[in-house]
Amino acid sequence: MSELIGYIFIVIGLSFDFFGCLGLVRFPDVYNRLQASTKSVTLGTCSILFGLFLIKGMSAPGIKAILCIIFIILTSPVSAHALARGAHKSGVRLWDKSICDRYEEEKR
Amino acid sequence: MSKSRIILFILGLLIWLGLSWPVNPQHLIVGVLVAGFVALLTGDMFIKRPYLFKHASRYLWFLYYLPIFIWECIKANIDVAYRVIHPNRPLNPGIVKVKTSLKSDTALTFLANSITLTPGTLSVDIDQEGGFLYIHWIDVKSSDVEEASKLIVERFERILRRIFE
Repeated sequence: MSELIGYIFIVIGLSFDFFGCLGLVRFPDVYNRLQASTKSVTLGTCSILFGLFLIKGMSAPGIKAILCIIFIILTSPVSAHALARGAHKSGVRLWDKSICDRYEEEKR
Repeated sequence: MSKSRIILFILGLLIWLGLSWPVNPQHLIVGVLVAGFVALLTGDMFIKRPYLFKHASRYLWFLYYLPIFIWECIKANIDVAYRVIHPNRPLNPGIVKVKTSLKSDTALTFLANSITLTPGTLSVDIDQEGGFLYIHWIDVKSSDVEEASKLIVERFERILRRIFE
């Protein structure tokens, strides 16, 4: 039974990863692409790893999958934050149709 | 041995045991040695306020925070998937400024991470002295500081204050 649920989690994770990659192609600028890739890929990968944990149980690969989930959740937003900040500091513009850019106003 | 060293030793040993599961005596001895060495070298850099680990209520608030966080995370993914599939790309992006009253490093880190993983928001930069965060919002509802703070920050802020401050 837990094996079946594990496979369902893996399929859900794969589809979210797919949407994340599609967003990387479809969205217009760096920041929107980061949004798509960070969120979808974080939850998608965590879901795949959790499915692996359900299939393997409390064995060596299962515990490692849980540790990987913790580290991915802690580090992936930080790297997205670093990329967005670096992009803005080095002068990457927002998309033309953006509403406002408070950060740019503050820097001036 | 200070308290922060002991906490770091326990955390390091737990991660080591997780990586070398199932536990056997050889791994345990090496783990104790390595965790002890690391704790001795870097113990006072890692944890600044060890007395916070004693409060049981903080752990309970953390357990309360986890399901909220996971639920927001799932909502964020469905939201992004919807925006990706929709043929017109319903984007309305912009960078807004929000205010936070959290002060400590850990709380601000967790707040920024939570904001990044929740629907439509990505933290870009932080101004720790003033207590401001700059956030890229995929669907800007309001560019006003107070209004945006209420919409983005408030739901996490009140829980995170009880955990980390």
